[in-house]
Amino acid sequence: MSLNLLALVTAMLTVATPLVWAGIGEVIVERTGILNLGIEGTMYAGAFVGFLTAYRTGSPWLGLIAAILSGVLAGLVMGFLTVTLGLNQHVSGLGLTLLLIAASEFTFRLLYAGERPILEHKFNVFFPDVQVLDQHWLTYVAFLVLAPLAWWTMQFTGVGNRLHAVGENFEASEVAGISVTRTRYAALMVGGALMAIGGAFLTLAVLGNFTLDIINGRGWVCIALVIFARWRIWPAVFGALIFAATDALQLQLAITSTFSSIPRELMLALPYLAVIAALAVWGRKVHYPSSYLKAYRRG
Amino acid sequence: MRLVLRDHEPRWVAPGAVAIAVLLTVALTAIPIRLAGANPPAAFQRYLVTPLTSTSGIYEVLLTATPLLFTGIAVALAFRVGYWNIGAEGQFLAGAIGTTAVGIGIPDLPAAVALPLGFVAGAVGGLVWATLPAWLKRHAGIDEVVTTLLLNPVALLLVQGLLNGPWRNSSSGFTDSDRLGHGYDLPALIPGTRVHWGFGVALVVVAITWVVLGSTATGVRIKAAGQAPQAASFSGIRVGMLRWRCALVSGAIAGLGGSAQVMGVQHQLTAGISNNYGYTGVIVAALAGLSAIGVLLVAGLLGDISVGAQNVSLVLQVPTQLGEIFGALLLVMVLSMMTWRTYRVRWRSTR
Repeated sequence: MSLNLLALVTAMLTVATPLVWAGIGEVIVERTGILNLGIEGTMYAGAFVGFLTAYRTGSPWLGLIAAILSGVLAGLVMGFLTVTLGLNQHVSGLGLTLLLIAASEFTFRLLYAGERPILEHKFNVFFPDVQVLDQHWLTYVAFLVLAPLAWWTMQFTGVGNRLHAVGENFEASEVAGISVTRTRYAALMVGGALMAIGGAFLTLAVLGNFTLDIINGRGWVCIALVIFARWRIWPAVFGALIFAATDALQLQLAITSTFSSIPRELMLALPYLAVIAALAVWGRKVHYPSSYLKAYRRG
Repeated sequence: MRLVLRDHEPRWVAPGAVAIAVLLTVALTAIPIRLAGANPPAAFQRYLVTPLTSTSGIYEVLLTATPLLFTGIAVALAFRVGYWNIGAEGQFLAGAIGTTAVGIGIPDLPAAVALPLGFVAGAVGGLVWATLPAWLKRHAGIDEVVTTLLLNPVALLLVQGLLNGPWRNSSSGFTDSDRLGHGYDLPALIPGTRVHWGFGVALVVVAITWVVLGSTATGVRIKAAGQAPQAASFSGIRVGMLRWRCALVSGAIAGLGGSAQVMGVQHQLTAGISNNYGYTGVIVAALAGLSAIGVLLVAGLLGDISVGAQNVSLVLQVPTQLGEIFGALLLVMVLSMMTWRTYRVRWRSTR
């Protein structure tokens, strides 16, 4: 059996979708100089809250809305810790991730111990009979609306300028009348919402159920993509596609007889190793936002 | 709300901050306990107090704290020098792999040779796993946060791949490795209990770290490199080299934790050998204020809650994740309240 190129591209676009949502969320946050390691937990909580709400109400739309709210809330908490209190961003983000994962797992076990709940209604794909185009609307929106819009906003609007200004120079921003605190909070809330949508895509569109290893390091992959992309939108989308291509390729290879002797786990590890390799090649001596990891306090 | 720098810190602030943080954590964790249909005061009694009221309970706490001592010290050392190693999870697993490799590769060794060999193999495993991120950081300036994080799922996949393939149990066919040779069984530290010599080794690691960080020139350099890297460079400290070394030692210590868990508890490699110990190590180190003695106390506390959580999940049907919720919330609350030491809260800005 030879490789089916169309199936490969189809899988690639689906796998890339959550990374595009969450990755763009992280670009927006990091542009203001905040490293949000809460991304893994925010995606996880988005996947869980979206699933729980959709399962209880029968509506994936309500699930998506609930997931967005959970993401905004996660962003607010991260903002309180790193912006208002000025705590260490690594520890705050990781703490938030561990808290959100533990809380989601706790609730899932409490409600559905020993069961395997599956959504009755999840999002349908468009054009189910046409390969490559048989994607979810969240995939179409990610590539055709979110990415261009985020790029345009970053590049040509005052909002993009504000994010950039805060990320590069606190004092100059404040002098220009841009509130560092408000900008960072806003970026964290919008970014959190996008991360949560990325997570919810997996439960509400792809799987229709929730598993305890649903995110499985995808958030960390996004952190890597952002550095690889040097805080720009299109390179981040491109990076997500590279990761997804490796992942889709390993899925395809696993069902081709020639490669069936290669252990599955090695194949599963390939995308992570590819991201590290990509960083090693293109991530050298990158220029981080000047206020990266720094807290700002007036006076 | 505004935060204003304090002129001086009154003595009661630090203990007051911790006390309030603990109270807030208890109050917030009462919500999930309540949701699970248990009575919070009775549950907290079981989480925090019950494990410490019997000698067998205390031994269980020490046993549970053992892996956290290793990962906590590993993270604390790395963070101290300003190297953000968030890969203790992967390094712990790599250590477990190293120990298992010698334990099933050369099973028939007397304990006097097998035990040191097992620990060395674990340390080497953790060190090897820490090498790539440390090397990329040193020679290409690539952020270690991302690379150490990404290698965690890879380490778990490596464990699963070994257990599905070459190391699949030869008698049961399950995805657990064969039992290590009996020479590799860590003897009980306290006879008649499950507390094994891994706990003793952990205490030695804590003690060495405490001495090195607190009373040697190397410790001073490590702290300087972490707190003020530029000033440290100007004063002749080779920050990059120091970070590289600490990163490797940190990986080796996390790897020792994997060894201790394999040789002291499981006696074989299993996919669940690390119960999130590497990530919890970050909580331990941060709550401990990156001090070795602090790691000892916090690992004990989280061990206590973890044993309590096992017990509560059996008796009151509250999922064990409550222990993890407690740990993460406590971290967030303590760090938040500690800002009170440097800042006062002023509710209205005076202009």
